[in-house]
Amino acid sequence: MKILVCISKTPDTTAKIAFTDNNTKFDSTGVQWIINPYDEWYSLVRAIELKESDASTVIQLVTVGSSETDPIIRKALALGGDEAIRVNTDSQDSFYIASQISEVAKQGGYDLIFTGKETIDYNGSSIGGMLAELLNLPYVSLATKFELSGNKAVVTREIDGGEEVCEVELPVVVSCQKGVAEQRIPNMRGIMSARAKPLKVVEPSGVNTLTAISSFELPPAKAGVKLVSPDNVEELIRLLKEEAKVI
Amino acid sequence: MSVLIFIDTAEGHVKKASLEAICYGAKIAEQLGTSAEGIVLGTVKDDLAPFGKFGVKKIHHLNNELLDHLDAQVYTKVIADIAEKIVAKVIVFSNNVDGKAIAPRLSVRLKAGLVSGAVAMPDISNGFIVKKNVFSGKAFANISVNTDIKIIALNPNAYKTTAGEGTAEIVVVNIPIDPVKVKVTGVNKTSGEVPLTEAEIVVSAGRGMKGPENWGMIEELAKLLHAATACSRPVSDAHWRPHNEHVGQTGTAIAPSLYIAIGISGAIQHLAGVNRSKVIVVINKDPEAPFFKAADYGIVGDAFEVVPKMIEAVKKLKGV
Ligand SMILES: Cc1cc2nc3c(=O)[nH]c(=O)nc-3n(C[C@H](O)[C@H](O)[C@H](O)COP(=O)(O)OP(=O)(O)OC[C@H]3O[C@@H](n4cnc5c(N)ncnc54)[C@H](O)[C@@H]3O)c2cc1C
Repeated sequence: MKILVCISKTPDTTAKIAFTDNNTKFDSTGVQWIINPYDEWYSLVRAIELKESDASTVIQLVTVGSSETDPIIRKALALGGDEAIRVNTDSQDSFYIASQISEVAKQGGYDLIFTGKETIDYNGSSIGGMLAELLNLPYVSLATKFELSGNKAVVTREIDGGEEVCEVELPVVVSCQKGVAEQRIPNMRGIMSARAKPLKVVEPSGVNTLTAISSFELPPAKAGVKLVSPDNVEELIRLLKEEAKVI
Repeated sequence: MSVLIFIDTAEGHVKKASLEAICYGAKIAEQLGTSAEGIVLGTVKDDLAPFGKFGVKKIHHLNNELLDHLDAQVYTKVIADIAEKIVAKVIVFSNNVDGKAIAPRLSVRLKAGLVSGAVAMPDISNGFIVKKNVFSGKAFANISVNTDIKIIALNPNAYKTTAGEGTAEIVVVNIPIDPVKVKVTGVNKTSGEVPLTEAEIVVSAGRGMKGPENWGMIEELAKLLHAATACSRPVSDAHWRPHNEHVGQTGTAIAPSLYIAIGISGAIQHLAGVNRSKVIVVINKDPEAPFFKAADYGIVGDAFEVVPKMIEAVKKLKGV
């Protein structure tokens, strides 16, 4: 079993969201970078669990980014995984990133490719689907549970108002969310061994982007809260009905 | 040239999020001076022609039970075929579970730029620019799509549906489909409940509820308001509530008309996923809770006293 886990770096969840260059660029001044939580908590941990139950499993991590991404990929290696590949380019639109990962995937002969449900910065939820199409593989998105059964994956995925279980033969691309695994904290041994694990840097292939960010905006501030006394709850319901008109 | 809208169904019924996609797509068609057509895959229980009143002139229907469950690869091929046939220049999805699975594949297949999580009409005055949520609702990005064909996945609850006049012509499509590889073996519907991302009203509760045994009043209030229920991350981490109720930056992002937050502090990661709600009501016993800064209405009080009173007041309002 050979698993490819896609890792993205994102600003920390508490990072201040601000823009520079006339609102065309994210202002990364002072921003702490983290592994995208969906990649770290769910895809990566589930891959590690699969290796724990079958030691012959090989886990490779892939990320698309400049050398600034190295600390993130080392942190991922500290959690687990055998080696990492970094495609040395600033990440651009989803199509560009998915195309770079697909080149890596074509070389690797993977049985399973995991992505997170989305990144918490650009919220595209697109890399997994694009990658599957580029590789002509089936795609199961928004997994909440993942099991292997011989040459098949048994995946529970989200549907509107519930879940469904599906089976698909490997190789397959799966996007993971809550339920697939539980967050782990890297231990000292993992951190030490991560330093020795191979991190291969490959150059990007020439691909065009399909979209570009033209500008960013921040949402308008709220007008302020209208407080109602706890002894007058009926008044709140009246306001929701007559003033806000939402019930 | 035309605009194609993917109309998705659940158990044979057109989803509310698809109605929004239809209205949005029809408006784009109007902007571009062309017509909007829909596509439905799988067997349906709804009569499709009346959906014309939301603005689609034609609905292409591939009535094949092999398409009753989603296999994004098979769906993509069929949608691509129809899109090419009718020369669709803009293709609209809802950014829901199905849209998230199919739209990215279609984007690759048609080499069409995708904007997922769109929240507004495209600006076509200078190119084709679509506004979308980024940083989990903390900001917006205006994305310029530079390809001949454009794909937009519209966030649920981001566009208002309006019904006019008209019926759609139903075009029965008979094209062969590829073998289905993703085989659905079981469905677990939390039946009767309103899907969280489509819900107009969401009643959400946090650690302030002390334990799962106290959720009865949350569910009762939600039921009275025809609302979906949601929760904060620690509540779902502790298994007080199912994972699918977790909202926020690392859970589901929602934008209902009304979000009622009970016993939730309003941490930045929670706010990120809910701050696009039109009206936010906060019930918290701590006047300093950060959530009040993001709220429209609030009560500083004990949930265990306030929520039962809310239930009574709603019952009175609804005459039940
Ligand atoms: C990387 C990362 C990602 C995260 N993602 C998310 C996410 O997606 N969603 C999310 O929700 N959180 C997320 N969190 C966690 C977040 O930081 C908060 O810890 C969490 O939202 C707090 O949940 P809470 O408000 O239910 O609990 P608490 O912060 O414990 O707040 C409980 C609130 O209840 C009030 N209260 C107590 N008793 C009563 C009572 N009787 N009546 C009324 N009010 C009462 C208290 O005043 C308090 O404000 C994330 C954290 C990290 C680090």
